[in-house]
Formats: sequence, structure tokens, C-alpha cells
Amino acid sequence: MAVKTPAPNDTTSTDRIEKRVVLRAARTRVWRALTNAAEFSTWFRVKLEGAFTEGRPIRGRLTIPGYEHVTLEMLVERIDPERYFSYRWHPYAVDPAVDYSAEPTTLVEFRLEDTEGGTALTIVESGFDRIPLARRAEAFRMNDNGWDGQIKQLARYVA
Amino acid sequence: MSRNRSAAALQLPDAVPLFAALGDATRLRLLGRLSAGGPLSITRLSEGTGVTRQAITRHLHALGDVGLVRHARRGRERVWDLNRKRLERAKRYIDQIAAQWDDAAQRLRAFVEDQE
Repeated sequence: MAVKTPAPNDTTSTDRIEKRVVLRAARTRVWRALTNAAEFSTWFRVKLEGAFTEGRPIRGRLTIPGYEHVTLEMLVERIDPERYFSYRWHPYAVDPAVDYSAEPTTLVEFRLEDTEGGTALTIVESGFDRIPLARRAEAFRMNDNGWDGQIKQLARYVA
Repeated sequence: MSRNRSAAALQLPDAVPLFAALGDATRLRLLGRLSAGGPLSITRLSEGTGVTRQAITRHLHALGDVGLVRHARRGRERVWDLNRKRLERAKRYIDQIAAQWDDAAQRLRAFVEDQE
């Protein structure tokens, strides 16, 4: 039987980016920072108008210097108190001249668990395979053997 | 510092034509062939593809327009090769998406840990 190597804290496949961090704060505190739109705005650097509600869109301008022209729009999917929060958006939709509304969205998920010394937060953004632009980019990350290795992988993949 | 990286991650418009040019199976195969044994002539690149030389030429020019491949003269023939620098940029794009999440997670950490 094959021995599975333990999953690293951060994993990235062709379809998803996964980040796991342990925060030295209570789960209630982290939950509020994620799901209170005003608090989310502060750390994420956006100025969201309104509140997060399941099934409802919420939007606001980025406050990152130089990117204040970008309006972020999120469609809230699920709010499972103190455990799970998810929304969809258009990743990196930063060009005001482009209408991104017809493009597929990615799903962003936050999962919270108690852990020693605080709260474990897992952030997953998935659905890149459905986005032609990002899929092409991902195709180049199929291994870490340098660029030639990646191109050969790619050639086999499309052959 | 993290702010700069985050801002860099948002520079999408420049990447759009690049990925649009990659959005085709024939072009990806051409890149694969050039990687395995470039530079190559159009005749060599057409071999075994079932695609006409004219079509291959058109695809090479599409890749050339966004800087992914370049051509040069070798004796009497024109040969095509990869522009590896440009390809590196394509790879970096998704890394930047991941890096932006790293930045966001660090800002969240500072936010919740400071107020604990």
C-alpha cells in the first residue's frame, strides 16, 4: 500500500489554492473578523457596503493604494456560525474596462477549528479550472522541476 | 512590503493577452515541442500534427505577438524558439494569487491578534 505523504499546510492544485494558518485568537473573535462586513473591510482592505447575508451580493471598493478604482463584488453562499463562511467572486477582476460578469466565479471558503493556542483557519479558493485564463497559468505549475519539466508535463497533458 | 506584493498581484490586465494566446491546444503543443527540442523550423513543427503549415504559422505568430516565442534565421530557414522569460511571467501569475492570500491572512492575523 502506498504511503501517503502528509499534506503540507499550503497546497495548490490546478483548481484550488489552500492556505492554513493558526491565529492566536479565540474562534469567536476570528469569526467576527471574517463575517462582520466592517471588520472584513478593515483587514482585507475594501470598503464593503452592507452586511454579509446568505444568497445576497455585497460590494465595495478596494482601499489598496492604487486600486481604489476596483469594485469588489461577492455573492455570499453559506454562513454556518463560527465554523464556515463562503462566497463567490471574480478573482482579480481589476480592469474597469472589462465586464467580468459573464465569466465563471471562484468559490472562497473559510473554515474555523479550535486548536491549541488559538484558532486554525483554512482558506480555500477553488474553481480556477473553470476560468480559462487561470487554467492556463495553472498548467504551468504541474511540478516544481523547473520550467522545462513543466513544459514537458504540459506537452504530455495536451498530447 | 506585503502591500507592494499585494499590489503587484493585482496587475492582471497585462496577463490577459498572454493567457488568451495560450488558450489553444495546438499552441500548447507547439510550446511543448519547442521546449523539448527548439529552435525548430515550421516544417519540423508541422510534422505529425495534422495541421497545415499555414495554420502552424498563424499559431506561431499568435504566440509571437505576446512574446512567448521568437524567430531567427538559421542559414536559409527561419526557426522558432521559446522566450523563456515571458513564460516565467505566465507561471508567476497564479503564484501571485496565492501570495495575495498570504498577505490577506497576515493582515487578518495582525487584526485579530492585536485586539485579543
